[in-house]
Amino acid sequence: MSMPAVKTDVATALPVAAAPVVTMTPKRAPQSEKYVKMAKEAAVRVVPPLIVVVLLLVVWELICRRAGSTLPPPSRVFSDTKELIFDPFFDNGGIDKGLFWHLSASLQRVAYGYSIAAVVGVALGTLVGQSVWAMRGLDPLFQVLRTIPPLAWLPLSLAAFRDGQPSAIFVIFITSVWPIIINTAVGIRNIPQDYRNVAAVVQLNPLEFFTKIMIPAAAPYIFTGLRIGIGLSWLAIVAAEMLIGGVGIGFFIWDAWNSSHISEIILALFYVGIIGFVLDRLIAGLAKFVTRGTAVN
Amino acid sequence: MQAYLKLDHIDKTFTRGNATTEVLKEINLTIDKGEYVSIIGHSGCGKSTLLNIVAGLTGATHGGVLLENREVNSPGPDRAVVFQNHSLLPWLTVYENVKLGVDKVFSKTKTRAERHAWVMHNLNLVQMAHAKDKRPNEISGGMKQRVGIARALAMEPKVLLLDEPFGALDALTRAHLQDSVMALHQKLGNTILMITHDVDEAVLLSDRIVMMTNGPSARIGEVLEVPLARPRKRLELATNAGYLKCRQRVLEFLYERHRFVEAA
Repeated sequence: MSMPAVKTDVATALPVAAAPVVTMTPKRAPQSEKYVKMAKEAAVRVVPPLIVVVLLLVVWELICRRAGSTLPPPSRVFSDTKELIFDPFFDNGGIDKGLFWHLSASLQRVAYGYSIAAVVGVALGTLVGQSVWAMRGLDPLFQVLRTIPPLAWLPLSLAAFRDGQPSAIFVIFITSVWPIIINTAVGIRNIPQDYRNVAAVVQLNPLEFFTKIMIPAAAPYIFTGLRIGIGLSWLAIVAAEMLIGGVGIGFFIWDAWNSSHISEIILALFYVGIIGFVLDRLIAGLAKFVTRGTAVN
Repeated sequence: MQAYLKLDHIDKTFTRGNATTEVLKEINLTIDKGEYVSIIGHSGCGKSTLLNIVAGLTGATHGGVLLENREVNSPGPDRAVVFQNHSLLPWLTVYENVKLGVDKVFSKTKTRAERHAWVMHNLNLVQMAHAKDKRPNEISGGMKQRVGIARALAMEPKVLLLDEPFGALDALTRAHLQDSVMALHQKLGNTILMITHDVDEAVLLSDRIVMMTNGPSARIGEVLEVPLARPRKRLELATNAGYLKCRQRVLEFLYERHRFVEAA
């Protein structure tokens, strides 16, 4: 009985002309202040890029609106690709699918190639960081191989695998593995002697040393490599898919170009950018979660 | 009586390219069980190298270390080290840092519950149980060193090696921690070998003070017995004739007979 009474009291006690954020959280004054503060902070981060985007769209619209313009203005892009935007899940067989299926096929390839690269990269990086002889033998090789552009590997991998799917995965792998190896090696080499001494006194065996000292101590470096690696994989997959064909965002772009659907290319580029950004943030967030405490000694 | 810990004719030379530097020469020292021995000397005289040799972290060029008549030449929990800069693993909590050693040393002899109790017991000894879930970067320098001591004690070492354990602390924290170490030594009866460059600290804490000559080729210059009764009280000792005499002896050794020459 008393509960509703209290609630109406609070509701009526609120001033009618209160700000919308305050009326949404009619619990306590400090609570609502907290939300206002959070909303303000969010606005500070969101509003400036939003203004810039709107300005750019306006400029683009003005430039491409004239008759005879080679590229469509944003309004045309939207009207041309409305179906693709609002129905990303259609599947008419073959490569005539919604953007969701293209993007998920690309992401799957990246997931395979990048996962292999992460495991192999950390393992090889540990070896090179730990053993002077492995470093002398392998480091020059890595330094040369890592400068080979991703697409240059594609013909070779097609020749070896005789299939598009594994070739694309291999290109992802070979592109993203180098920064992971090199950063892991640097991280392992920079483990303070103190930590090694602690491990020696406690008599950790090599496996325990690897999991309990090496990986946590080198984690900030490893994640730097992983972050560079995910960016490179996403760069490489679009290019590789243009060549191997099939379902995937890269071939979708190439196919749109061949059919002169310029608006579809622009939409696809927008998605590619957003997903690349999200992948980078994901790894950064994971790094922040895993390496809490390691950076500060 | 057999020596508990024996440093037997230890020489140490470092070789870099063609240049060889003799750091330590003919170090002989025996330490009895439960004794608190300090090694004092100017910086660069090789006292930390000597401690590392006892810990097994560095090998001696000649000679060796005997613990209960058995040669020890690799690191192990029977000679736990408290490092100068605490060396806690920053990604582990205080509790996990201590537990790391406990899990290894007592993996067969204690159950999981017993190991937990033992970790907490040792954290309680250094009055750090309240911070068990904090990470090293969330606690002060003195607290970190307490945890470092707890980690070493928890391995139940035969010899506790302290490598300038109070060097990085401010004067007040240092005094407080010295009192704690003294109390722990009184209570547990550990055998302790401590490296220091602080004369007052050496006299206050030690049963014997080993004074090292300047390097290169540092030797043991003199060994001083500190005949002060335990438990010792910092304030009472300040005017104690025996304390002042010991202090005088060490100061004379360090600043008259073996002055630290910068160019050397």
